Amino acid sequence: MLDTNAFDLRKYLQGNGQSVGVWIALVAMILFGALRYDNFTGAYNISSFLNYNSMFIAISLGMCFVIMTGGIDLSVGSVVAFTSVCVAYLSPYGIQVALPGGILAGMAIGALNAFFVIKMRIPPFIATLATMLGAKGGALVISGRQTISVDWGSNFTKFGMGNVGGLLPWSIIVVMVLAVGLWVVLEKTSIGRTVEAIGGGEDATRMMGLPVDRAKAFVYILSGGCAGLAGVILASGFGAGQPLEGVGWELSAIASVVVGGTLLTGGLGSVPATVAGALLLGLVFNILNFENGRGVISFSAYWQMVVRGMFLFVVILLQSRFSRAAAKQGA
Amino acid sequence: MQPLLRMQGINKSFAGVVALSSAGLEIAAGEVHALIGQNGAGKSTLIKILTGVYRKDSGDIEFEGAPLNAQSPREAQDNGIATIYQELSLVPLRSVTENVIMGYEPRTRFGFIDWKAAHDRTREILSGFGIDIDVTRPLGSYSTAIQQLTAIARAVSLNARLVIMDEPTSSLDDREVETLFGVVRGLKARGVSVIYVSHFLDELFHICDRATIMRDGQTVAVREIASTTKLGLIADMLGRDPEEIAAAGMTDLGGGKGEAGELLLDARNLSTRRMLRDVSVSVRKGEIVGLGGLLGSGRTEAARAIFGLDRLSAGTVSTHRTPAGFSDPAEAIRGGVGFLTEDRKAEGIVPEMSVRENMTLALLPALAGKFSLDRAREEEIVKKFVDALGIKLASIEQPIRELSGGNQQKVLLARWLALEPDLLILDEPTRGVDVGAKFEIQSIIREYVEKGVGVLLISSEFEELVEGADRIVVLQDGVSVTELRNPGITEEKLIGAIAQSHEGAEA
Repeated sequence: MLDTNAFDLRKYLQGNGQSVGVWIALVAMILFGALRYDNFTGAYNISSFLNYNSMFIAISLGMCFVIMTGGIDLSVGSVVAFTSVCVAYLSPYGIQVALPGGILAGMAIGALNAFFVIKMRIPPFIATLATMLGAKGGALVISGRQTISVDWGSNFTKFGMGNVGGLLPWSIIVVMVLAVGLWVVLEKTSIGRTVEAIGGGEDATRMMGLPVDRAKAFVYILSGGCAGLAGVILASGFGAGQPLEGVGWELSAIASVVVGGTLLTGGLGSVPATVAGALLLGLVFNILNFENGRGVISFSAYWQMVVRGMFLFVVILLQSRFSRAAAKQGA
Repeated sequence: MQPLLRMQGINKSFAGVVALSSAGLEIAAGEVHALIGQNGAGKSTLIKILTGVYRKDSGDIEFEGAPLNAQSPREAQDNGIATIYQELSLVPLRSVTENVIMGYEPRTRFGFIDWKAAHDRTREILSGFGIDIDVTRPLGSYSTAIQQLTAIARAVSLNARLVIMDEPTSSLDDREVETLFGVVRGLKARGVSVIYVSHFLDELFHICDRATIMRDGQTVAVREIASTTKLGLIADMLGRDPEEIAAAGMTDLGGGKGEAGELLLDARNLSTRRMLRDVSVSVRKGEIVGLGGLLGSGRTEAARAIFGLDRLSAGTVSTHRTPAGFSDPAEAIRGGVGFLTEDRKAEGIVPEMSVRENMTLALLPALAGKFSLDRAREEEIVKKFVDALGIKLASIEQPIRELSGGNQQKVLLARWLALEPDLLILDEPTRGVDVGAKFEIQSIIREYVEKGVGVLLISSEFEELVEGADRIVVLQDGVSVTELRNPGITEEKLIGAIAQSHEGAEA
């Protein structure tokens, strides 16, 4: 029993059979890209890839927790747009104000979702659909339907455009710290296990005296906060608050979570696999762009969507095969 | 006479683990045949091979004189073998008619579904079983019994010659069980054979002709029901001597021995908006108090009210530690009360979680350190209870859904025992578990009672109450009407008390 806490790959795979597929696909895609394209592993590609996808990782992480409780958060895309506008107005005060401000704005909408779902007992799908429309409208109202330029004089844009060592953008560093923190919360704390228990059986969880309402409030506010963070990255990285951005992002987040092996019905989920899922979906676009760059074939943006849909299907097929194999091994 | 079904020398292994070893089963035409054995004895594997869910490794199956090797449940059904599962595989939101004729709808000349003919045909089938209901209403609006009978009606309408029923009465009340028995007798009268799988041995004596007993993947005995006893069947299932079991008693609780101590729970005049009108019950240290009564008499509701799950409209609950009662389960748990629920699937286990996680869920607040859970202590506690309760599993990281019913129940019992409660509310603690696990669970309960834990026991099995409880509080329509004391309670006296209180209520 010496090494119970040491990382054991085989044990991990046995316990997380449903997420093996995403890791295999991720490694395969990276190898494919690295061998086929010259600049794929170049600092510029890595840096900009990570910067852009840090937003999707952030909203996928929040979504993962919501889905684990058996819920869904459709509002995240609109919250990104809404907070990007909010922080554009806050940008003159610098990132030290805009970052917490944006996250708080997102958490406020998350708290509204939590209130609808927990206190008013509105199904999450409906409740977050309402806040999705509300946040989108709010973004358009406060921006006057215009892109709101940020204050370039402050340090605000350093967050979304700067990086460490020319390779790791600040945004991805913050998001990865968040991911590690949430991983610990899920695996090591009682609130994390309560979240999983709720998805597995809300009545059973309540019977055991666990704080069901508090845990549900936690996931919706977390998801809002994650979307807020993504909004800060968006405004800071593109130099503008963008009320029209974020359309359909919630679906990308849901796709990342599902590709990461989290059950849509709740009860089972993984933080690392969700991050991998988000990276994988981002990589499909990245590789298609490189493929277009070679000039032999050219995928329009619409065809890219079709390819991405097919790819999603293949990965999920792969996942279900693996989880079935793991279930057989366990039985 | 040629049997309807003959299974011989059936072998089946799963990944090297032998599940069936030369097992056999013979069913005569028009016979109601019980298939019994402890969990893991191989009953369901044998059934699943017959119905095409699993493939046998070797052996012969003959149905109506011809070899049968069903590759899928559909193929078995087409051959006249229908299965009524424990979890009904029907569509509750659709009408009764749709559920009965689904896939075999009568058509009009234009190829549309002929609804009038469909409703008529469904009504005709159901009335054959003495059921007269509005077939156009959604199936889900009827009781579980009606739903179950609908499933049987569907099977019969598809010309089944053999109907397999897996624990058909586990969610039925007494009256519904009688209706089901009537249907089983009706099937028999039509020459349809029934394989009847049940943990309730008493039932077998009402409707079965013969019983096949399985143990450790083998067929160990075939008995004529008329010439055997319940004790004899249990002895066959356990592979033990009948006298040995008779000496030990049918249950392993042994009520009436404990010396009651300090008052743990004092619930007075409980009323709720849902069910309870006036229930009073008290439990002392080292005492098992039974709640007797029929289904719907308010037993589970009384337990829920005490545990803080349902709000009281009148009455008081006080325990030795919290005189003011509980407003939610978390408070009750902090006050030293545990509640093993009746509905293991919905309110007990979290299926995707591991045995370890399931066992420590109620313990989480206690395991939470300043920052993270104390994983080392958690594993220590889990391992202690796995050993102490003899829980059979491959690993404590195994998902709980993979365990047998008896072992799941032990994990849930351990969940509450780990909290070191003063008072345990046990709602049907041995329902749906096999005889062996039942004895074990009962002796674990007894062991803790001897250490001073108080138990409030709800059980639909009179035997368990009569032999197990020190006192039995009898409930009727949400009112506690009388109390019996051990030693001296017999099943007759308990039934008498329940029946009497019925008359009293009517008067």
